[in-house]
Amino acid sequence: MIRGRSAVAGIGELPPRRDTGDETVVEMLSRIAALTVRDAGISLRDVDGLVVHDTGAAMGAVMMVEMLGLRANFVDRVGHGGATGTAMVARAAMAVASGMCDTCLCLTASTRRARFTGYPIVDSSPTAEFEEPYGGSGPNYGYAMIAQRYSHEYRLTPEQRALVAVQQRYNACANPDAIFHGQPLTVDDVLSSPMIVDPLHRLEIVLPTGGAAGVLVTTTERAAHLAHKPVPVLGVGEHVSHWSATYAPNLTVSSVKPAADRAFEMAGVGRKDVGLLSVYDCYTITVLLTLEDAGFCDKGTAGRFVEEHDLRWDGDLPVNTHGGQLSYGQSGIAGGMSHVTEAVRQLQGRAPQRTIPDLERAFVHGNGGVMGEQVSLILGTRE
Amino acid sequence: MTERPLPHPSPLTRPFWEGAARRELWMQRCHACGHRVFYPRHLCPVCGGDQLPWERMSGGGTVFTYTVARKPTHPAFAGREPYVIAVVELDEGPKLTTNIVGIPPEDVSIGLRVRAAFEDVGDVTLVQFEPEAT
Repeated sequence: MIRGRSAVAGIGELPPRRDTGDETVVEMLSRIAALTVRDAGISLRDVDGLVVHDTGAAMGAVMMVEMLGLRANFVDRVGHGGATGTAMVARAAMAVASGMCDTCLCLTASTRRARFTGYPIVDSSPTAEFEEPYGGSGPNYGYAMIAQRYSHEYRLTPEQRALVAVQQRYNACANPDAIFHGQPLTVDDVLSSPMIVDPLHRLEIVLPTGGAAGVLVTTTERAAHLAHKPVPVLGVGEHVSHWSATYAPNLTVSSVKPAADRAFEMAGVGRKDVGLLSVYDCYTITVLLTLEDAGFCDKGTAGRFVEEHDLRWDGDLPVNTHGGQLSYGQSGIAGGMSHVTEAVRQLQGRAPQRTIPDLERAFVHGNGGVMGEQVSLILGTRE
Repeated sequence: MTERPLPHPSPLTRPFWEGAARRELWMQRCHACGHRVFYPRHLCPVCGGDQLPWERMSGGGTVFTYTVARKPTHPAFAGREPYVIAVVELDEGPKLTTNIVGIPPEDVSIGLRVRAAFEDVGDVTLVQFEPEAT
């Protein structure tokens, strides 16, 4: 049983930057650890669980325990790509609910240099052998092929895709930490930006940045006595189906559905009971697929849905009020965690220039790989 | 200048690449359930069967989806853009990642009939597809 047994009690964030200097990932992770426990009003001595992502260091999670001086009863390393942030919170909630640990830190950080720092390392995998020789490197081509196939099977116009980027940019203009704060966009701006991989334009694709995000999960009893209003974890759901888009069971119906269904069922609430959608947005098409497959509109109708609804922070269905990664910035693995920190901020009433009034529940979703790794969370203001 | 990523065949995958060198397309088929398996595996992803003999494919298929890379997707492809990355669905069922060649990128569409076309690059032969002769 996970529902309501744990709560988010603190968050930390190092906002996106184009260049993070010579700081290493583990150094950034330790800074975000300090910020996150301070936000909750506790000390690192009170933490007995740690979840991190791949740091590039051998046994990086264990090394972080040592660096932070923890005595950990639960340690894990998560490698779900873009879904890593939500998957970390799900694992922390499991660990706390099961009694393995009481207070668990989830940490993400990515460094970035503006200058060239070398080509990606070619790995040994079916991807390296059967995709990279044909130019199948990086995530762009997979999402482009999804968008192309989706537009073949259903109705979706470039203008409808662009609306996602435009509305999230409006939200970013209410968030001083966003990399594109103060730079509003129009549909024409998006569609006149260079085509990168047909049919996706540059402004439909995230901008890589460096930054960090941390989330502290503890028992609901303990959270009640800490610095901020607790944010109980009401539901979690996870589903992993494929790595490469080529081998996806279905290219236009994603694994978001089983993950979201499980999270909503666990929470015992429906789609109409959430007032914020904080969902992974590596590309415009990602948001549209997620709206459908998470059950907020019927299959094939996401294009019309974004025309009929207002996804801005002051609209009828707020989506990605921090700007989303499209306009906030994608700080590697920390980008996915930004959807969690924003939801917590909104639920605690700590997003001053973009407050959703009387918000009770948020749907938070992480997507990894090419729509193959999905982890949903339902967060709330009470159990 | 970085080198184009090329396959490094393993004992498991070698029949695919040896076939390509002969201008033939070979894939595995599960002896137990008949599922055609690609990429090469030790176990059938549908039924778990461990007998996966190789069979020759016809080489014909259709474009299931594609994109035109207007910017290189990898530094080694700089200067080749625009090029088409596609998923081709073979007539026998399996899908694979490939390039569509021998046709201007603007003329590629979902559903286009294609045939395997082989290109020797270094020590290996890559499997690409070109429009089926009409």
